[in-house]
Amino acid sequence: MVFLSNLVNGISLGSIYAIIALGYTMVYGIAKMLNFAHGDVIMVGAYIVFCATQYWNLSPAVGIPLAMLVCTVLGMTIEKLAYKPLRQATSLAVLITAIGMSYLLQNTALLIWGANPKVFPSPFSMDMIRLFDGQLVIKPETLITIAANIVIMVALTLFINRTRMGKAMRCVSEDRGAAELMGINVNTTISVTFAIGSALAAIAGLLLCSSYPMLQPTTGSMPGIKAFTAAVFGGIGSIPGAMIGGVLLGIIEILGKAYVSTELGDAIVFAVLIIVLLVRPTGLLGKPIREKV
Amino acid sequence: MSETKQKQQTPMVPYPSKSFVPERDLGSMPVLECSHLGIEFGGLKAVDDFSVIMGKTEIGGLIGPNGAGKTTVFNLLTKVYQPTHGTMMLEGRDMGSMTTVDVNKAGIARTFQNIRLFSNMTVEENVRIGLHNQIRCGMFSGILRLPRYWKAEKQQHEKTLELLNIFDMAGMADERAGSLPYGAQRRLEIVRALATNPKLLLLDEPAAGMNPHETEELMENITKIRDQFQIAILLIEHDMSLVMGICEDICVLNFGKIIAKGTPEEIQNNPVVIEAYLGKQKEAKA
Amino acid sequence: MKTKKKRFMTNLITYGVLILLFIVLTIMINNKSISRTLKGQLIPICSWIVMAVSLNLVVGISGELSLGHAGFMGIGAFTGIITSGWLLNGFSMEDPTLRLVLAIIAGGLTAGIAGVLIGIPVLRLRGDYLAIVTLAFGEIIKNVMNCVYVSAEGTTLHWGFLNGNLPGTLLLNGPMGAVKVKTIATFTAGFILVMFSLVVVLNLINSRSGRAIMAARDNRIAAEATGINITKYKMMAFVTAAVLAGMAGALYGLSMATLLPTKFSFNESINVLVFVVLGGIGNIPGSIISATALTILPEKLRFLQNYRMLAYAVLLILVMLLSNNPMVKMLWRKLIPGRKREQSGEEMRA
Repeated sequence: MVFLSNLVNGISLGSIYAIIALGYTMVYGIAKMLNFAHGDVIMVGAYIVFCATQYWNLSPAVGIPLAMLVCTVLGMTIEKLAYKPLRQATSLAVLITAIGMSYLLQNTALLIWGANPKVFPSPFSMDMIRLFDGQLVIKPETLITIAANIVIMVALTLFINRTRMGKAMRCVSEDRGAAELMGINVNTTISVTFAIGSALAAIAGLLLCSSYPMLQPTTGSMPGIKAFTAAVFGGIGSIPGAMIGGVLLGIIEILGKAYVSTELGDAIVFAVLIIVLLVRPTGLLGKPIREKV
Repeated sequence: MSETKQKQQTPMVPYPSKSFVPERDLGSMPVLECSHLGIEFGGLKAVDDFSVIMGKTEIGGLIGPNGAGKTTVFNLLTKVYQPTHGTMMLEGRDMGSMTTVDVNKAGIARTFQNIRLFSNMTVEENVRIGLHNQIRCGMFSGILRLPRYWKAEKQQHEKTLELLNIFDMAGMADERAGSLPYGAQRRLEIVRALATNPKLLLLDEPAAGMNPHETEELMENITKIRDQFQIAILLIEHDMSLVMGICEDICVLNFGKIIAKGTPEEIQNNPVVIEAYLGKQKEAKA
Repeated sequence: MKTKKKRFMTNLITYGVLILLFIVLTIMINNKSISRTLKGQLIPICSWIVMAVSLNLVVGISGELSLGHAGFMGIGAFTGIITSGWLLNGFSMEDPTLRLVLAIIAGGLTAGIAGVLIGIPVLRLRGDYLAIVTLAFGEIIKNVMNCVYVSAEGTTLHWGFLNGNLPGTLLLNGPMGAVKVKTIATFTAGFILVMFSLVVVLNLINSRSGRAIMAARDNRIAAEATGINITKYKMMAFVTAAVLAGMAGALYGLSMATLLPTKFSFNESINVLVFVVLGGIGNIPGSIISATALTILPEKLRFLQNYRMLAYAVLLILVMLLSNNPMVKMLWRKLIPGRKREQSGEEMRA
């Protein structure tokens, strides 16, 4: 039963990583860059919900969409200001700029909200869920997180495969030049990608802080790194890969902390990643890199 | 290139009746012997049943329409791809377990269809990379600047200029390789390949982008290289004046299979070859 | 020859300027005409310079993105601290200079061994996957160091993993890191280390091995076809960089009275990467300048108080945007007449 409890927690944590990883992988696939500031957009989303419910006395039903809106605008603005001018630059230059943006977000949050961790009140005021005659107790946040992940996964897959914009996104990720020649507005496509990723980041921030209620400016940093790892783990650029990578990573982390060692939890996660990449050098679902000779 | 000893002539592919390894090479071990070499990608046989023998100082040609598999053959020979069928022998040594690096150390050097120079390094540095395994100096000798380092640097410099002089390029030694005109870049690639002291030189479309005058110069240089270094040269080429001009024996590929082998005269008049390039001739043509 | 001479002159000037600076700063220290903050930063600056130069060897010369370089620094730091403490307690080695030298060597060697062990799996991967594995290893190192306890009882060294009950003097206290460290690092030692790493890296670049490393970076397939063993040379760069990072770590560790294992994390790795990119990928003298400037800068910005790090972030973004703006690049080219622009940004692969 303890195992099941841990497993559920792992899937839940993994769901959060998966949602964050989606943002990383989509941006990487379509804009061909690693958006290191993504983890910090999560933190911003969480703070907005916090402010909405605690300071401005709005209900979560308003606060959550507000956070999504703010994050979406934030993500698109960052793209327009900092990443778009560097589209022709080396990937390393964009990486450093993204890192600078990450510092910017963290320090702005520090100035606005202070360094003291805030306790994030969960907007889900339901009772604990009891299964198996009360032997398995699950927090409502945990299940909601898993459910949200599934919904997002389904919605995103439908969007990518069935809509025009989704098709445009797939084209741009395959061959940007050709997509442009076919009349696809690459700028809009990339903006939409960032918008979706950032909206998802807001949701991830909310879910993260509902389950792990401590919120400070650096809250997004470690989950961001882990989610990025998950995205690569699943095969960078692959949406199902980000899903699987994220969930697996969460499971490994919780189970590792529970059954091997709490202190070494992170080390275990990263060790598993390394082993997997050695066996499958382009991630679980990644495409092998082929170079024409 | 001669027939492999046991091969029967199949009626479908009219091999020439007369084929040879040049007289000067008859006594020695052939530099290259490929036996039913092939590679399959999924169900597609990119190269199938490729069998040739090359003499030690022979100049051979590998021709065929675009997509016939010529560069794939080069990639097989240099182990960029691992063959799925057949064997290759370099001067009698089986190449089955060799890596690309081993192949070069054993004696095959190549140039590339799309030039692959180290464009940010100078002309001299590019050639010096070619001399990497010929004139050696360890990491610690380099860092500590021991006498071995100075000796090796001097030797490399001299050898580099010597090699560049084949193509009259010694004056450009200090130019950045990427800034050279196209023809010079191609020639540099050949010099770099020569620097690795090969027994067999594979040239992939060396005359691409060259005008007739440059092509003639190239023909002279290739023959000069063969004579001076006493090596075998196999070239892929579309420029027929070059191929017919200097190749002693030619192998024609189409859809991954050899459709004809022989001397330039035989190949020029071979109907199968003509059909492969030009399509079926209409009966009523005058 | 033009390029050769230019390179030689650049290197000579670099060495010359550094020697000059060292002499000037030493005089200023002796005359007490140096500010207290700057004096305290001298040894860290030396460490960060060596870190930047060694990372540039991996990122710029070998062309591989390493996001875990601080891990090697951490290994070197704690090895250095343990070595120094052990020599003092167990062997009564009172001479601080000797202890420092041995500690730095030990730090470098341990980090080098780690470099080999990590390099073997890592260098098989390509591009972003290689980067993520270096990041993973960096985090693993940090996490493991957080759980290690070391004590010295006479000449015996006791180790504990996740268990802190050890006899003798505690040298390394798990998550508390190292405490009451005798800070034996000196600016002179730092300067010598900087010069040493420069000699190693610059000489390596200008040698047969260096050319092979750069060929492997520029065109992997052509390098292989020309007989260059790619893995060997990527390892060479990676391990050399690890050794230098370990030495820098030992110097750094022995300049701090207390040191937490979490000090050597992803953030520090990224910091060094920023030094390298801003100084110019593949540009070793550039790394020296950027490492120095960016270590001093946060202190100089103290007047901004709470806005300090924000200003740093904004500056970083602006510099990246400006240095990659095509119009700015054209202006820059016009300002420097007659100098051939040898590389465009795109050519230097990360």
